Amino acid sequence: MSWHRLLAGSTKYAVLIAFAAFYLVPFYVMILTGLKPLEDISSFEIWNMPKSLDFGSFREAWNQMDTNFWNSVRITIPGAIVSTFLGSLNGYVFAKWGFRGSNWILFLFVFGMFLPGQGILIPLVWVLQFMGLYGKVNGLIMAYCIFGIPITSLLFYRYYASVPDELVDASKIDGCGFFGIYRRIILPLSGPTFAVVGVWQCTRIWNEYLMALVVLGNPARAPVTVAIKNFSSMGVIPWNLQMAAALIASVPTIAVYLLLGKLFMRGLLEGSLSG
Amino acid sequence: MHSDLSARAKSLPALLPKWLRDDRKIAILVLAPSIIAVAVFIYIFMGWTLYISVSNWDRPALDLSFAGLKNWKRLVNDPRFHIDLRNLVLFAVGYMSQCIVIGFLLAALLNERIRGEVFFRTVFLMPFAVSAVVSGTAWRWLQVPSAGINLLIANMGFENFRPLWYMHPKLGMLAITIMGAWQFSGFVMALYLAGLRAIPDELREAAVIDGAGTIALYRHVFIPMLRPVTFTAIVLTGAGSIGNFEIPSIIGTGPGFATDTLGFYMFEQTFRSSRYGLGAAVATFMLVLSIPLVLPYLISVLREERE
Repeated sequence: MSWHRLLAGSTKYAVLIAFAAFYLVPFYVMILTGLKPLEDISSFEIWNMPKSLDFGSFREAWNQMDTNFWNSVRITIPGAIVSTFLGSLNGYVFAKWGFRGSNWILFLFVFGMFLPGQGILIPLVWVLQFMGLYGKVNGLIMAYCIFGIPITSLLFYRYYASVPDELVDASKIDGCGFFGIYRRIILPLSGPTFAVVGVWQCTRIWNEYLMALVVLGNPARAPVTVAIKNFSSMGVIPWNLQMAAALIASVPTIAVYLLLGKLFMRGLLEGSLSG
Repeated sequence: MHSDLSARAKSLPALLPKWLRDDRKIAILVLAPSIIAVAVFIYIFMGWTLYISVSNWDRPALDLSFAGLKNWKRLVNDPRFHIDLRNLVLFAVGYMSQCIVIGFLLAALLNERIRGEVFFRTVFLMPFAVSAVVSGTAWRWLQVPSAGINLLIANMGFENFRPLWYMHPKLGMLAITIMGAWQFSGFVMALYLAGLRAIPDELREAAVIDGAGTIALYRHVFIPMLRPVTFTAIVLTGAGSIGNFEIPSIIGTGPGFATDTLGFYMFEQTFRSSRYGLGAAVATFMLVLSIPLVLPYLISVLREERE
């Protein structure tokens, strides 16, 4: 191996390691700062190790945001389940029962998904108020279910389109109807796709901020993303609490990502239409 | 054919009205609630937003009387709007180029049979798993001008180089692009890596036999073949630039609105100052900006899929 090959090889690793550091530094600093008590927090000591392991900031942050954490759980789980299930049914219709104009409908679904959320916020608040759901957890769940329809339908459509039509036709000949085929052919094949879409929706809903802030701004009812914002707008910024809160809020999605990274990756590729 | 019909009749409850026994109609019926929900909550709402932008609704009480272009004139004359437009350009340039260049570079490196690929890939994409709110919170702390990253820079011996980061009255927006790119460049890396892996090995081998070096290989083979991925990355990062809201909401709008965005301006006008008409005009403007970005992309993707 010639020396410039060696150099090229080590440059590659040097660049990769430098970027790994770039991506990890914010997590590192969050952990470091979260482990310090308030009196040890100074921006000049941001890089210093904590003097001792002190979980006080985490405990304090948790005490202030545990309601918000459970709110997020209460919002994310039904939101993800309903939107995933709807997506499965819709994707089945789009892929196997396409009718005249159904391609256009799918196109309009996906188009809406790429447009900025600000475009629908004012009517959303107005309609939720009208329905008595404004400021309520159920209102936000409903919004997430509806705004999840495009992405979940698209993900399932792309998967079901790859299921051979012959399978569906064969069970039609066997006398299965719309729901029979869904139950006997489509659902048994959908396990992995349910997992991909479920993981994707859980992560997106858990991390969503704009709609949560507008619909559930009330600190007691807000989900974690809004709670972090509330920590950061206190008069004197308690950096230790803020970092602890941001970490606590990230634990579920990071855990899901680390454990189910493959599913996460598939959702990412399919959802951006480049899988 | 006859047995098919009788079997099907048995599998469906005979109680259903005749028109519901047709599977095609059931399919449309199953889809109908979603169509209605999307039609109302996305498309009718957008039209409604457009209408609010030409209404007199600029206080808490609902007022949908027609105001003509009053809100639009106010918007066009608002200095904050001008700053936000400039900020959008700054952000889009910084954010899109970082995401695409870094994403491509990392994917190209990871495609070189690297040891520890899974580790690197996992780390690069990890910020995407957390909320943008978390990114804003952590980076705000890192970019405190008196300390944070500047301490590291000083320790490296560049004591006179002390950027103000997001506090910079002119270029604060560029500091914010780092927070955005930290989250999204890994996503772009994943797109490019999948694209590179989909290129058949024979192509690479053929090019190498023809005497192409690494740079020629990328210039003449890989980059042209990855054009659809680049298109995707441009559209996604472009849409992200237009919708940018989380970070200014966390770190504030900076001195002289240096880190303000259209999305945050819309939010403040609407939900803090109850200027619904003006907020709706900003929202409509954001929609109009997004359409020429997204539409050609979707059309080209659909055309490809049909082939």
